[in-house]
Amino acid sequence: MVTCNNISLDQKDIAIETRDLNIYYGSKHAIKNLSMQIKKLDITAFIGPSGCGKSTYLRALNRMNDLIPITKTTGKILFDGININDKNVDLATIRQKIGMVWQKPNPFNKSIYENIVFALKYYGIRQKQILDEIVEDSLRKVALWDEVKDRLHKSALALSGGQQQRLCIARAIATKPEILLLDEPTSALDPISSGKIEELLFELKQDYTIIIVTHNMQQAGRISSYTAFFLLGDLIEYDETNVIFTNPVVDKTNDYIMGRFG
Amino acid sequence: MLSIIIITVITYFIASKGLSTFFKNGINLFDFLFGTQWKPEHDTTPLFGAFPFIFGSFSVTILAVLLSTPLSVGAAIFMAEISPKWGAKFLQPVIELLIGIPSVVYGFIGLSIIVPFIRNTFGGMGFSLASGMIVLAIMILPTITSVSYDALKSLPSGLKDASYALGATRWQTIYRVLIPTALPNILTGIVLGMARAFGEALAVQMVIGNVQRLPSSILDSVSTLTSILTLEMSNTIAGTTYNNALWSMALILLLMSFVFIMIIRILGKGSKLNER
Repeated sequence: MVTCNNISLDQKDIAIETRDLNIYYGSKHAIKNLSMQIKKLDITAFIGPSGCGKSTYLRALNRMNDLIPITKTTGKILFDGININDKNVDLATIRQKIGMVWQKPNPFNKSIYENIVFALKYYGIRQKQILDEIVEDSLRKVALWDEVKDRLHKSALALSGGQQQRLCIARAIATKPEILLLDEPTSALDPISSGKIEELLFELKQDYTIIIVTHNMQQAGRISSYTAFFLLGDLIEYDETNVIFTNPVVDKTNDYIMGRFG
Repeated sequence: MLSIIIITVITYFIASKGLSTFFKNGINLFDFLFGTQWKPEHDTTPLFGAFPFIFGSFSVTILAVLLSTPLSVGAAIFMAEISPKWGAKFLQPVIELLIGIPSVVYGFIGLSIIVPFIRNTFGGMGFSLASGMIVLAIMILPTITSVSYDALKSLPSGLKDASYALGATRWQTIYRVLIPTALPNILTGIVLGMARAFGEALAVQMVIGNVQRLPSSILDSVSTLTSILTLEMSNTIAGTTYNNALWSMALILLLMSFVFIMIIRILGKGSKLNER
């Protein structure tokens, strides 16, 4: 398999890095020997046809694959200088620092306020004043504050799909993570809501490292600085986004971007 | 359509018989509901106070639900979240099998195991409110477990992911996210169990002692509406006040089952509103 990984970063610019990561789903080899570095405080997009392993890889980064009993992950995931693919690491801490948002908005069946403070209570934050501040701050960051400030204690499920998704992002950033993993965050939303989320991600990259899985080529092109193309569990090509979209090295990348398969 | 006709006819039939106690035979409704003396065959002053039975029915039902709910919900959590492999392969078929066991079998188990156990451990007759409570709790356990299990299973998987991704542990996820979200459906299961316990006649009658007075402790023998109905209905002559008074009890049972169904409907509506 022809592969091309042109991204090699200084240690201080790396948010998270994997070395020879292999993931197995039962007997299926879902991710093969994957080594890559993700740039700090920037947006990296993962593209590729369905089943190529990009979501599996994303879920590995905050150990969400642990929830599926048949998966096995080998290799190193380096984050803050430690290998987090180790059974001794504290998952709660890892997941606090590496947040995640899914394709389908999944707010809890609680009030907007309770959704955001859900995790904070486990980190021992009890003072109402601090919680209030974090709620306002998180909601402002996702541009939802003005829309919901009068109904913070109403059910989150009464919000629209786009608002729910922004709430999920707010919930993820309330724990002050360093990295946000987004698994097709806009594919269940209408174009206007998607547009808002994209603008939002652009703002958020000042404070967070963002990794986004997307099936939408234009979206990857618009918002990301780096793009990785996955195919059948291999990282085929990883480079700056403008290189991937204008002058890819590997033919398969070009074929996929031009829509010839996938 | 047919079922509507059948329900209407049953309701009309029971109501016409049951209400004639008060309108034709001139028994005071208040005396019937709250009187504590049940002497239907007394020669000069027959008394029709059904309160001990109403109390018996409610107390044995509520106690059974209180005993059964923690066990059932715990079992459902175990099956759905803690050991899904075991749950789906082994426990679920067992629970489904338990639902199908006839109540007389539960009654017989109660009679041969629970009644002697209560007698030997706490003294007294053994035939008691406590025995009835335990037998009913075992009987409704599979109902509540099965409905709660389905409720937990049908939750969108995104909820669980979201909770774990925020760093919550399994217990925190179950306790703070899954149970609150599934609560309306779990409550439906509890009410279904309650309805089953309230309407159960045979198993209760076999272990509860059937003494027609108010119990002073849970080790006392009591009667329930259903046990009195099954025991005495065949001894009465149609049209007598005694017979009509038994119909009035049947009417109470029917009305209670309507109440239970209404509660389930309201809970169902609530949970649908939440899904929006």
